[in-house]
Amino acid sequence: MGAAEAAGSALLTGVAGWLFVGFALLILGTAIAVVWSKNPVHSALFLLASFLLVACVFILEEAEFVGAVQILVYAGGIMVLFLFVIMLVHQRTAAGTPAFQHQWDIALLLLPVFLIPFLYILGTEKFTDIARNPDAFRAVAGRVIGNTEAVSWLMFRDYLLPFEVASVFLLVAMIGAVVLGKRSFEKVD
Amino acid sequence: MTITINHFLILSFLLFAIGFFGVLVRRNFLTVLMSIELMLNAVNINFIAFSRRLSDLTGQVFSVFVITIAAGEAAIGLALTISLFRQRKTLNVEEANTMKG
Repeated sequence: MGAAEAAGSALLTGVAGWLFVGFALLILGTAIAVVWSKNPVHSALFLLASFLLVACVFILEEAEFVGAVQILVYAGGIMVLFLFVIMLVHQRTAAGTPAFQHQWDIALLLLPVFLIPFLYILGTEKFTDIARNPDAFRAVAGRVIGNTEAVSWLMFRDYLLPFEVASVFLLVAMIGAVVLGKRSFEKVD
Repeated sequence: MTITINHFLILSFLLFAIGFFGVLVRRNFLTVLMSIELMLNAVNINFIAFSRRLSDLTGQVFSVFVITIAAGEAAIGLALTISLFRQRKTLNVEEANTMKG
């Protein structure tokens, strides 16, 4: 701890660290509730809580712009879409049918297959924990302005082509969603 | 409490595992889509954490792109949900087995 503080860039210590622990536990709890709930409306509401908590973690990590985008796009857009579709396809939840498929035990057995390589990497790799340049998130060309400005500079200068591709992707997704949602396939077969 | 990158990795691993489990075992197609969103969130947590440790903003830009992809994926997935429901009157993924070999 002393070395990190001497460098002036200790990441997430003290109260911020405990906040992270609380957010992380709540994220995992709400995520388990999403998968566990039988009613899709409950799942959607737990998912909303999970998105907001992940946004809190982003803001804790000094990624304020991404946190705001997370709240706007996920909590504002995707969640409304989910709830809208849940209301549209209002299905009579059959009380007898179990929520899980029969292969859930096999799925649980898959966990060690992923856990063992993960723990191996966690044990052998040494990732850095000290930010070399703490102002990198707020500075553009040496001037400290703000996280949103810094992200937009990088996005529109170095990642302009991916940005345009993403906009075309959204257009394609929109047309695809309209076509899929509009056409009735009942007469096809 | 000092949080290291390992804590972030454990958090995102567990979140990804929960989402993966949901994709594999849930019968309801809507919940499967929600589990996919959980997995994308786990990836974003890793991007943000490593972005700060490496003092490189690229991770944040990439997580914005991931959120964009997630939005498109949710739109297409929900349109598929409506299409499936119209055709089969159910959201159970086990009943959508026309192409089963």
